[in-house]
Amino acid sequence: MIYDIVILGGGPAGLSAAVQAKKDGVENILILERDRELGGILNQCIHNGFGLHTFNEELTGPEYAARYIKQVVDLGIPYLLDTMVLDMTDHGETKIIHVINEESGYMTIETRSAILTMGCRERTSGAIGIPGYRPSGVFTAGTAQRFINMEGYMPGKEVVILGSGDIGLIMARRMTLEGAHVNAVCELMPYSNGLVRNIVQCLNDYDIPLKLSHTITFIHGKDRIEGVTVAQVDDKLKVIPGTDEFIPCDTLLLSVGLIPENEITVNAGVEMDNRTNGSIVGELRQTTMPGVFACGNVVHVHDLVDFVSEEAVLAGKGAAKYVKGTLDTNVTFTTANGDGIGYVVPQQVAMKNVEENVTFYMRVRQVFENKVVNAYIGDQLIATKKEKKLLPAEMVNFKIAKEVLEKYPAGEIRFVVEEAQK
Amino acid sequence: MKKELTCITCPMGCQLTVVDKNDDGNFEVTGNTCKRGPKYAINELTNPTRVIPTTVVVRNGMLPRLPVKTAEPIPKGQIFEAMKAINQVVVDAPVKIGDVVIENLLGLGINVVSTKNMDRC
Ligand SMILES: Cc1cc2nc3c(=O)[nH]c(=O)nc-3n(C[C@H](O)[C@H](O)[C@H](O)COP(=O)(O)OP(=O)(O)OC[C@H]3O[C@@H](n4cnc5c(N)ncnc54)[C@H](O)[C@@H]3O)c2cc1C
Ligand code: SF4
Repeated sequence: MIYDIVILGGGPAGLSAAVQAKKDGVENILILERDRELGGILNQCIHNGFGLHTFNEELTGPEYAARYIKQVVDLGIPYLLDTMVLDMTDHGETKIIHVINEESGYMTIETRSAILTMGCRERTSGAIGIPGYRPSGVFTAGTAQRFINMEGYMPGKEVVILGSGDIGLIMARRMTLEGAHVNAVCELMPYSNGLVRNIVQCLNDYDIPLKLSHTITFIHGKDRIEGVTVAQVDDKLKVIPGTDEFIPCDTLLLSVGLIPENEITVNAGVEMDNRTNGSIVGELRQTTMPGVFACGNVVHVHDLVDFVSEEAVLAGKGAAKYVKGTLDTNVTFTTANGDGIGYVVPQQVAMKNVEENVTFYMRVRQVFENKVVNAYIGDQLIATKKEKKLLPAEMVNFKIAKEVLEKYPAGEIRFVVEEAQK
Repeated sequence: MKKELTCITCPMGCQLTVVDKNDDGNFEVTGNTCKRGPKYAINELTNPTRVIPTTVVVRNGMLPRLPVKTAEPIPKGQIFEAMKAINQVVVDAPVKIGDVVIENLLGLGINVVSTKNMDRC
């Protein structure tokens, strides 16, 4: 049997894309998930604050996931758990997905279209070169989250956190609630990499110090971590001599960033964007390989699941159109990141597929106050997005109406941070 | 009185300004994107509360821990007391989202509820 759409990963992106494709009339859909349950990373994010504007209710991660799992079940979309995708190969009209399943062993699945939703993984201590041994007691924040929230295992009692990403902030509070003492959160940059709300409710609420412009210069201990040396850095991120301080701890959590999980994508030959570490995608999240779509954290790291679900709807629509043969492949616009902008997704727009507007997701490179993001085609200003404060930690979503874009036959849409004009 | 604070109700994290011109509890809130902002700000200045998301021990489930939350926000000052009470609880699978795990936590009139469906296995 040949499937219409196979979805690689059963997290929020995969679930939402599946639901949309089914609603758009595609029958033969299959979701593949390596874990023992659907829901992805949200199963370990037990804190509240999800989906407030989508569901008008403040949900925890598992509750948010459950909403989508219920839709998948109600729509009768089949899924396989404990099924690890190893590889995807392109055969023109169809793709072959190579998987290992706990019961059936190795097998191949043939499909017309595939949606990549493998999410992301955390950077580890190997990825950041701190001198010292690699004793036990050093975890990524997400690993600690899984241990505590799902397995019921507390990693330690005296904690230091490196990196102020959201997972690190959330874990600072979580470990404090469970009786640990969090000595400090150290952030190399002069600003936090997490959402302001998490600084407020996870650090300030519990008087946990956030040491900006600080890094760890040494990890002490050989078998078990005994402490860390923390030092201040200057504006070139170089350690300032004489500022080092020893902080004893039995646990070090790393919250130093996420990377899209794209081995399968790269091996399949899908074209990548080195700014996002994800694939190049269009307005309906089509990749450069016909029939292959991608959405969620595998495309670019989202800070909020709400945006992931939104993006996945596009991929679901796109794959449904592809299966029905109604997807337009003529690229009208490409996008570019100008001054102050780190990346823009989507990288391409085929206007014939656009319904009402296109939302462009982007991240700024540094903190900006009282500036705007402007969109240009050539030297023509086509749209402006005002934000009181632009933070690298908070993705900008910039919606541009179809009517505005339609005025231009083709070209490059360039996004830049500029002074607000009165 | 004038105070700046961040609304933590949702990830938008709006920067709110609260002004109490005559210091008589007549708060004027600006900077919010939605109507939850003013509600949060006034609450935060008069009686700050938080929802507590945590876990309890579950037996015969797919996992050894079940995520739970307080169904309503509880006073900030009682968070650790609440954690102590919640950590005493042991439940048995199957459990459904919304099932009450503790009734009337610390006499606050607020329940602790499950946030995950967990089958027996
Ligand atoms: C540790 C962590 C904590 C986070 N906390 C929050 C938070 O508190 N709030 C928030 O809004 N966002 C949070 N995020 C962001 C979060 O990733 C997104 O909100 C959302 O979960 C992303 O959805 P996704 O479907 O793209 O990825 P995921 O949720 O990661 O789902 C990807 C799925 O694909 C599966 N998969 C991957 N590779 C394969 C393979 N080869 N074969 C089969 N299956 C595979 C995975 O098992 C997983 O189930 C967090 C992210 C991480 C990593
Ligand atoms: S005011 Fe509304 S939109 Fe802004 S953070 Fe609060 S709840 Fe969110």
